[in-house]
Amino acid sequence: MGTTPLFPVSASTMAPRVDALYFFLIGVTVFFSLLIAGLIVYYAVKYHRRSTDAVGERIHGSLWLEVTWSVVPFLITMVIFVWGASVYFAIASPPAETLNIYVVGKQWMWKFQHLDGQREINELHVPVGRNVKLITTSEDVIHDLFVPAFRVKADVIPGRYVNIWFNATKPGRYHLFCAEYCGTRHSGMIGEVVVMEETEYQDWLSGGGQEGSLAAAGEKLFADLACNTCHRPDSAGRGPVLTGLFGQTVTTQAGEMVVVDEAYVRESILNPSAKVTAGYQPIMPTFQGLVSEEGLLELIEYVKSLQAQPQAQPLSDAR
Amino acid sequence: MPTVLLPPRHYLNNGYGIRSWLLTRDHKRIALLYLAAVTFFFFVGGAFAVWIRLDLATPAGDLVSDETYNKLFTMHGVMMVFFFLIPAIPSVLGNFLVPIMIGAKDLAFPKLNLASWYIYMLGGAFTLYALVSGGVDTGWTFYTPFSTASSTTNVIPTALGIFITGFSSILTGLNFIVTIHRMRAPGMTWFRLPLFIWSTYATSLINVLGTPVIAITILLVAAERLFQFGFFNPALGGDPVLFQHLFWFYSHPAVYIMVLPAMGVVSELVAAGCRKPVFGYSFVAFASLAIAVLGFLVWGHHMFVAGESVYSALIFSILSFMVAIPSAVKVFNWTATMYRGAVSWETPMLYAYGFIGLFTIGGLTGLFLAAIAVDVHVTDTYFIVAHFHYIMVGGTIMAYLGGVHYWWPKISGRLYNEGLAKLSAGIIFIGFNLTFFPQFVLGYLGMPRRYHAYPEEFQVLNVLSSAGASILGVGYLIPMVYLMWSLRYGRAAGSNPWGAVGLEWTTTSPPPTENFSQTPVVTWNAYEYSPKVDHVA
Repeated sequence: MGTTPLFPVSASTMAPRVDALYFFLIGVTVFFSLLIAGLIVYYAVKYHRRSTDAVGERIHGSLWLEVTWSVVPFLITMVIFVWGASVYFAIASPPAETLNIYVVGKQWMWKFQHLDGQREINELHVPVGRNVKLITTSEDVIHDLFVPAFRVKADVIPGRYVNIWFNATKPGRYHLFCAEYCGTRHSGMIGEVVVMEETEYQDWLSGGGQEGSLAAAGEKLFADLACNTCHRPDSAGRGPVLTGLFGQTVTTQAGEMVVVDEAYVRESILNPSAKVTAGYQPIMPTFQGLVSEEGLLELIEYVKSLQAQPQAQPLSDAR
Repeated sequence: MPTVLLPPRHYLNNGYGIRSWLLTRDHKRIALLYLAAVTFFFFVGGAFAVWIRLDLATPAGDLVSDETYNKLFTMHGVMMVFFFLIPAIPSVLGNFLVPIMIGAKDLAFPKLNLASWYIYMLGGAFTLYALVSGGVDTGWTFYTPFSTASSTTNVIPTALGIFITGFSSILTGLNFIVTIHRMRAPGMTWFRLPLFIWSTYATSLINVLGTPVIAITILLVAAERLFQFGFFNPALGGDPVLFQHLFWFYSHPAVYIMVLPAMGVVSELVAAGCRKPVFGYSFVAFASLAIAVLGFLVWGHHMFVAGESVYSALIFSILSFMVAIPSAVKVFNWTATMYRGAVSWETPMLYAYGFIGLFTIGGLTGLFLAAIAVDVHVTDTYFIVAHFHYIMVGGTIMAYLGGVHYWWPKISGRLYNEGLAKLSAGIIFIGFNLTFFPQFVLGYLGMPRRYHAYPEEFQVLNVLSSAGASILGVGYLIPMVYLMWSLRYGRAAGSNPWGAVGLEWTTTSPPPTENFSQTPVVTWNAYEYSPKVDHVA
């Protein structure tokens, strides 16, 4: 049976921060549980009913005590709230520079697409010491990507892109679970995250990926679907120029300001008339059912790669 | 001790035969109809739990298939939540006690009360049909789009069963609210009401306001599943997370539907067990209402990892901490009530001790889940399973059993075997902790809930939990035996075996059909033990 751990491995920069709050909460729990249990046992013994017609003293309460035991717990919970919220901010805010990996969940497997073109199923290779962002979506029902050793988890929701980020601190192999019930083989929707030293990771990267980069696959799909007849590099096309568009803010016909992010690109492919850029006609047909979730991710990555070349970008914004 | 006899005329001997029960409008008989029904569903749900734990004794889950396992935990949850925990205390103890405690002859709408029971049974019949005709595998939470687009099991009959049963909750809640407003005996002012009445009142408010939301949600699920309306399935243009908002808008308050009546029972047990007024009566009473109101504002804490925006998460987090405060106030007040009391070690009080201890742990572990950063790690794991079983089983079922033992002499007119009762209370306490404490550890280790198979390193803790479940199962069976036995062979209890105050102890055991030989006039506050007031009619 092997060893029986009682505490999970800590293998990300977030893990010690979550654990610290966890230990504080255990302290609070143990203190109050022992206080209550101790008082109950003490009073039960000390004031044990000694005759059948004994009655208790007529004590109705104490405003002073009521205020104390309302305010003190309230203050303690506010400490926990602020602490929990600040760590949560860190969990919910990926750093600016991340190594991006796309994730598609489906009943009952995890599919990973690396930018260089490697594809994996139920196994995810990442380098140690780098900020990794998983951009996740689902093909069917809600799943949840959970890596206990990293203390991160997020629902993987069909029709949405949810980001999960971590920075692994220890090379090794860690459990990857689906944590949202998703049907028959839910408990089989598991895998491993393989954290590797940077050099090993580079070796691993160069070992696979004969299909070319994800953006290249997207470019091919872009041509196959004839997107390029309207979305042309020059402004002569019937659709907006996509070069340099990703990350910009555009104005729709309704006058709404929209940031061009993964979700907007996805929506514009599947439901083009929802948010048409001002100055263009709603003539684009829907591609609902024509592009797989993976295909959408390839197209998104292709759009991301279309950065305006001449414009000098600060080096740090390379990706 | 002088020989006590049952009164010559009481609600149990006022008519025999099946019709006198199935057509009764007596709230006490209806309470017993519910008692039989919820006990049945409790043991059905419990059998599923034992089956689940047996299967989880090995990492590979060798006992049943994946499909069967998923149906087992779904039916366990559906049975326990909708057919036991939600109705148990209000429908059994509430039905029996609300009119008697306020000095009324019956509920405001006796026929409606009987109708509630039939509606409940009809809902139960649908759900049992869903069960025997193949089961359902969505989990009791029915998350979309799995429930509307993916599951091939009996989602509709099960959901329909829950839909129907909801009307029983609404009507019972309505009946209690009207009764408490309109039927109190002369002199029974609001602040003379037993705290069980306050908590039943708060529960009824939630039932009336919250249950329609789950009913509508179920209809939306059915419409999407049957007619492809795109409410929740993104492939049809819906939003899967919308379902979770609707579901938890009811189902979080439903947690308080399950636990508020339990708190009311414990207030009664502690007062009678200490022969003393409940410390801070008005704080305990208003804490119930505060919980009922705040309980409607915290549903989003079930969705911290479900694509909720950072700022909504913060709001739901802080509100969730705030709803913990009235519960903490209650725990402190119950404990303080023991100070300088005449403290009993009889069975009902043992259950009250168990409730306070386990509910404290359940409540404090709730703080882990309100703290968003920790919730991200432990949500959807066994930590959650452990937490809510401490509240539901350690809290609600402990209080329910404590209440059944406390009022059993009133309900049946007879005494049970105190030795066996204490023994089973001890077995339940030990079995409960052995079952659920290891699950906290498993949860933080990362074992997801609803897993049929799990990595081998989790086996030792799972075996401990399964061993505990078998002990717990035995603990629950013993009261069935001695309570049944007492019905025939138990000594007559007399009208007030505990030396408790409260109107229910002023009438005979069992009470007459009309509860009191003449309408009581109340001139004292609740829990007036000292100086002793003799107010037997």
